[in-house]
Amino acid sequence: MVPPVGSAAIKSGSSDAKAWLLLLPALAFLAVFFLVPLGQVVFFSVMDPGFTLKHYTSFLSDSFYWRVLWGTFQTAGIVTIFALLMSYPLAYMIVRMGGHFATVMLLIIAMSFWTSFLVRTFAWMVILGNNGPLRAILEAFGWSPAPQLLFTRFSSTLAMVHLLIPFMVLALYSVMKKIDMNFVRAARSLGATPFQAFHRVFLPLSAPGIVNGCTLVFIMCLGFYVTPVLLGSPREQMIAGLIGTQIEEFLEFGEASATSVILLLVTLAIFAIYNRFVGLDKLWG
Amino acid sequence: MTALDSRANSAARGMLAGENGTMTKAYLEIRDLVKSYDGWQKAVRGISLDIQKGEFVSFLGPSGSGKTTTLMMVAGFEKPTAGSIRLGGREIAPVPPHQRNIGMVFQNYALFPHMTAAENVGFPLRMRKRPAAEIAKRARDALAMVGLADFAGRQPRELSGGQQQRVALARALVFEPDVLLLDEPLGALDKNLREHMQVEIKRIHRELGITTIYVTHDQTEAMTMSDRIAVFSQGAVEQFAPPLDVYLRPATRFVGGFVGDSNFLDVTRGTDGGLTAAGLGALDLPAPEGDRFHGLIRPEAIGVWRGGEAGEHCIVSFTVEALVNYGDSVLLIGGGHGLSLRARIPFVQATDIHEGNTLQLAWRRRDMHLIPA
Repeated sequence: MVPPVGSAAIKSGSSDAKAWLLLLPALAFLAVFFLVPLGQVVFFSVMDPGFTLKHYTSFLSDSFYWRVLWGTFQTAGIVTIFALLMSYPLAYMIVRMGGHFATVMLLIIAMSFWTSFLVRTFAWMVILGNNGPLRAILEAFGWSPAPQLLFTRFSSTLAMVHLLIPFMVLALYSVMKKIDMNFVRAARSLGATPFQAFHRVFLPLSAPGIVNGCTLVFIMCLGFYVTPVLLGSPREQMIAGLIGTQIEEFLEFGEASATSVILLLVTLAIFAIYNRFVGLDKLWG
Repeated sequence: MTALDSRANSAARGMLAGENGTMTKAYLEIRDLVKSYDGWQKAVRGISLDIQKGEFVSFLGPSGSGKTTTLMMVAGFEKPTAGSIRLGGREIAPVPPHQRNIGMVFQNYALFPHMTAAENVGFPLRMRKRPAAEIAKRARDALAMVGLADFAGRQPRELSGGQQQRVALARALVFEPDVLLLDEPLGALDKNLREHMQVEIKRIHRELGITTIYVTHDQTEAMTMSDRIAVFSQGAVEQFAPPLDVYLRPATRFVGGFVGDSNFLDVTRGTDGGLTAAGLGALDLPAPEGDRFHGLIRPEAIGVWRGGEAGEHCIVSFTVEALVNYGDSVLLIGGGHGLSLRARIPFVQATDIHEGNTLQLAWRRRDMHLIPA
């Protein structure tokens, strides 16, 4: 089929051009405040002061950096798994119960969504602190002295799970609410127990939500800065924290830029994999 | 097709045994069934129905009449507020849906989108832990029964609406359920396909002899397919009878108005004990108990009176106010004598009739059915 070339096609072409004008403000903004700084980062990463790849070679040849990168992946993986385990039942309940329960739960999730990461991270500092309520409770139950909670990998992982649950819940919810409950009923009428109907029908149909939520949370975790820095162990930095240290403490702009580019490439690689198997346009439900 | 054949044979034997007199005991017994969602308003208000083994029963009614709620209670997706449902003598109200052995076809088919047609049809057998070879064979046979042997590997989205409908039917039948429930299964199909599927569903019902409940708001579907029709209105069954009885002898004014097109005349018992209709005078009809009636006369029972001996005919003078041409027939809308009437005349007899004409219409007295008011 050859598309007809005529006045209609030409007309829609010119209105396409006009539609592009609508994107101009956003594109200009992105160019000035995103592409230019990003270009600068890439530029810094290969200059010292002349062109060099030594920032990359030193990163790739130093096992310390590999450990940080691997640790970041591990933390992101653990956070993603726990966020999924806690969010899935919640999203499922919201979809199945509906009504007031769903409204209230979605409101609570939206409220934590709108509360800044920094505020919630400070809240965890209070809760987990040496004189905080959690240690007091543990000691009241006889675990004395209670273990150090703050500034450990445990505390930063716990807080990140909490911070990212809203993203996971909403990613799951947006897919689950489109699943026709007649599928579950049909499975039940065909002889499936409630568990089988969930496991064989609802769970596979909610898989896109699981993939979306996990991709989203994993990628956000990879670049997470404030929470690991404020709550985590200084000896087990994540990669964003490392970039901060490279700049703030060592003024190593070249190395920091190279690390940033590597983080960016890793993130883009995950997006590419997601796009290859799912399609980026489906990421937000 | 051995599994399905043997089922068909045993069902046929069941029917034969039934003809010898064992069909009196109902197979599916619904007794005083009540459903209330809020404990105050009742969606279903005490329904009782006895359905025989192998019977094809339609639940006919407008939306919100309780027909789907009743079906959902039979399927086990809604819990009755009161009353009982017995299947083959066993109370099933407390039995969860997956243990009821009832096949159901949903309005939008509800084919699992992540499984092929064959996997969908095999699903109930997998749930019953049948061996893989048996599942494959029976799924193939069931797809062949609905004429989709070559479509086993297709995903639901690669099938047309009618094909999805057939897969849903095969899936609901493959595990040899005791009862088949169909919830407005043809609503999403276009008219030609709908008629084709009606024939198909009836053929399968005949072959398998399976007890079937068919929910519809389409009176034509109910009329053409059913052994008996239960007409629902506002949570109650107004009439449960064979299609022709429902059509010719509706039990209530609602049934008369809902099934088919209708004219209702106010009929009262005069001081002399005979029946008279407003605008018509004495009716000369055998009168059942009661003083006030709705006299139902179907538009197609009314013809143009071309003169002659009145005999058993009621004759009225009629002015045509509107004329609707259906091609094969013409609907005349108008009135006279203070009556307003609709008459449906075969097209060939109506070529000389135009809006504004005054003519004589007539019907046989015994074609009027009296419904106590």
